[in-house]
Amino acid sequence: MLIPCPWCGDREDIEFKYGGAAQIAYPTNPDSADDAAWARYVFFRPNPKGKMAERWVHSAGCRRWFNLGRDTVTHEITSIPDMGQRR
Amino acid sequence: MSRLPEGGRIDRSRPIRFTFNGHPYQGFAGDTLASALLANDIRVVARSVTYGRPRGVFSAGSEEPNALVQVGSETMLRATQLELVEGLAATGLNGRGRLTSDPETARFDKIYAHCEVLVVGGGPPGRSAAQSAARTGDRVILLDEQPLLNSEDSDGLPPNVRVLLRTTAFGLYDQNLVLAAERRGDGGCLWQIRARQVVLATGAHERPLVFANNDRPGIMLAGAVRTYLNRYGVAPGTRAVVFTNNDTTTPLANALGSAGITVAAIIDFRQDQAIVDTDGDDDGLRAIRLAGGDQVECDLLCVSGGFNPADHLYSQAQGKLRYDEQFACFRPHGTLPNVTVVGAANGDFDFAIQPCWLVPGTNGDWSTHFVDLERDVTVADMQHAVNAGMRSVEHVKRFTTIGTGSDQGKTSGINEVGLVGTLTGQPIGGVGTTTYRPPYVPVSFALMAGRNRGELFDPIRLTSIHPWHVAHGAVFENVGQWKRPWYFPRHDEDMEAAVLRECRAARENVAVMDVSTLGKIDIRGPDAVAFVNRIYTNAFDTLKVGFGRYGLMCKADGMVFDDGVVMHLGPDHWLATTTTGGAAAVLDWMEEWLQTEWPELRVRLTSVTDHWSAVAVVGPQSRDVVRTLFPAIAADAQSFPFLAIREGETGGIPVRLHRITFSGELAYELWTPNWYGLALWEAVMAAGQPLGITPYGTEAMHVLRAEKGYIICGQETDGTVTPQDLGMSWIVSKKKPFVGQRSHRRSDTARPDRKQLVGLLPVDSEELLPEGAQVVLEENGSGAVRMIGHVTSSYRSAALGRTFALAMLQSGRERLGTTVYAALNGHIVSATVTEPIFYDKENIRRDS
Repeated sequence: MLIPCPWCGDREDIEFKYGGAAQIAYPTNPDSADDAAWARYVFFRPNPKGKMAERWVHSAGCRRWFNLGRDTVTHEITSIPDMGQRR
Repeated sequence: MSRLPEGGRIDRSRPIRFTFNGHPYQGFAGDTLASALLANDIRVVARSVTYGRPRGVFSAGSEEPNALVQVGSETMLRATQLELVEGLAATGLNGRGRLTSDPETARFDKIYAHCEVLVVGGGPPGRSAAQSAARTGDRVILLDEQPLLNSEDSDGLPPNVRVLLRTTAFGLYDQNLVLAAERRGDGGCLWQIRARQVVLATGAHERPLVFANNDRPGIMLAGAVRTYLNRYGVAPGTRAVVFTNNDTTTPLANALGSAGITVAAIIDFRQDQAIVDTDGDDDGLRAIRLAGGDQVECDLLCVSGGFNPADHLYSQAQGKLRYDEQFACFRPHGTLPNVTVVGAANGDFDFAIQPCWLVPGTNGDWSTHFVDLERDVTVADMQHAVNAGMRSVEHVKRFTTIGTGSDQGKTSGINEVGLVGTLTGQPIGGVGTTTYRPPYVPVSFALMAGRNRGELFDPIRLTSIHPWHVAHGAVFENVGQWKRPWYFPRHDEDMEAAVLRECRAARENVAVMDVSTLGKIDIRGPDAVAFVNRIYTNAFDTLKVGFGRYGLMCKADGMVFDDGVVMHLGPDHWLATTTTGGAAAVLDWMEEWLQTEWPELRVRLTSVTDHWSAVAVVGPQSRDVVRTLFPAIAADAQSFPFLAIREGETGGIPVRLHRITFSGELAYELWTPNWYGLALWEAVMAAGQPLGITPYGTEAMHVLRAEKGYIICGQETDGTVTPQDLGMSWIVSKKKPFVGQRSHRRSDTARPDRKQLVGLLPVDSEELLPEGAQVVLEENGSGAVRMIGHVTSSYRSAALGRTFALAMLQSGRERLGTTVYAALNGHIVSATVTEPIFYDKENIRRDS
């Protein structure tokens, strides 16, 4: 699979580490979250057949994290909004 | 001799000697082993895998199911693909191949290649695709599994077409990554080609007809017979019969005739003719029997049941196939992005055919109607599968093993589909094909490994002090990719004696260890202190410059992840040490938080593990060594207290000194830029020599730290252990937020009966508990016994004069003083539960 690193361009997937689902917001105030809400953040992740928003890190390259849309059936890759503000 | 007097693309001026089953023969340059065997009138090449039936050359390519041979360490080579070389010594396969235990000596390489257009298959459609792609100036790669292109005008390819011969594309993966195996002498090359556009011109495989005793040597695919006649100048027989259901065989009669082969009969299924059985002996075919009862003598039977487009690669990449009634074949249907299929592979045929999936025999017996020659699967086996309720072609495949041989069912697959349809009364198109999976041809592990074998399998990391360890007889252990001294045996000491001696030296005198492999992460920036404070469970904003502090980090689930001392080196400058094995994971994880959750923090992380060599000088006399080396540094306990950092130099070597201990003794870690590592070590050894300074390894380090109850992340912890479980609530801040904090209040994390870290003292002080041993409460339990925990560390201690262990036990802290049990080599060991600190609980030695 070719993964488009926003900094280095298309690279082989062996250069990357998978970071799980993207767009899982860290609770703004963990202390006020009840056990169920906190557990949902820590343990629950989507596992769709089809389009998925994912995080990847170019660990054998520029070491930057980024978001990626990937179809888990076809491996079709699309761009999705990036995480946070880039420095 | 069956070599024709002329013709063929062989070099008759270059005879080649080879042996087969130990007998000497001769062929020519340009021959395959198969063509040379046929030229030498050898009909039986191998014995079949299940029934041991004689089998001969069946095809002329990679689809060969019969003519399997062993050459050296290669156990299942196809004679049809094996180029004849001087001195080749081949043995026909008798049933299964046998692996040798000899190491592989052939050389295998890997090449990564990139091109705009990759054409798989060098026949006319492939060559034409390559030529037109090359006109635009694109980089084009054309590969073919044959040693030459099957055409006169192959010279006409432009220079931007790179031609790879003897190369079989065996896998088509996401975004047009094609893996191809090139045969080179006795080795090979694995090509990993990334192409913008892939053109599949992989042709088609002729399929055989299914009738009784259709597996005898002398029965060959009709197209293969033409190949042996035309390309190799070999007559595979003297008296031939053709059995066909299509008109691609029409030119064959003439070709046979020109080669002086008598054509005894042409049996055309389309004219209601059929071969119902064959006769023969251990040397192969002698005659065929016709439906009407007539017998025709022959030693060559050319069969053609139609053609299967070779769409393995297309199908691997999830391309869809559909059944084509006109040509009785499965062909591509729909499109794949950036992949085109051309020629016969696309089902672009021009012939007339009447499908024929099986020909009944004369006696109702189906046990010699072979469908899969390599797997010895017959129509009787398929009937058995269908009678057992199988309907899906995938189930029949698994029930019968049809198509699972090393030929991957190239000649049997579509006949299987046709037969499943026939036997179950389903239309062929509805049956569908089995799933095609890589590799298209067998690929050796040696090819996959390439040069990454032996020493080159994985990088080895060595510290700058490594040569000294080697010269002084260290026994090494692997820690990640690092080689670390495990212990330094003296004379004929065994490990236990060496480790006890090394531990005594550290406790009573002075000992020294190479700790360069510790992970080191440089942390800089105006927000570095805020970052460190969020990552570690304990507070760092109170730590003054020039001091270090032990820190623990948890993942978001509250479980301990890694630990190490964090140094405050200057304004906005910190340095975190990590476990040797966890360094890369910790850096990745810190970057994750920094980049994905806290992008507002102005912090930069750099791995500096390899920048520094580090020497731990340990023991009550370590201060004397430091004073000898660094007379300018006030080393008394007040001036240079525990966890303080000093800069110094000795003999021109710049050194950063840290009062850090992982043994509980008075100890110093001396860090120097990597270049000076060996010089520093030697200076320490020289300064310590009058004191009998003793080098020690990781095993003694483990014992010393366990005596103090210091945990090792990954040994006491396994991703399910909280700081509280370890009895380390003291390091968990209640005043500031940190990663994983909220999880410590989860009901499951806070329950009192979690496994907790305790010490274990075996009642028999000589008994050593095995690490990983399960701990139970009953000494003589019968039936299922509840396990309450496990031993995480277990050693023999010089300082304690006995064995001891650390363990994670349910409600462990409530069990102090009680007796628990563990099974050890068939007997039960009793042990007393204790606090997990066995030595110098008051830290008097550490702070002295």
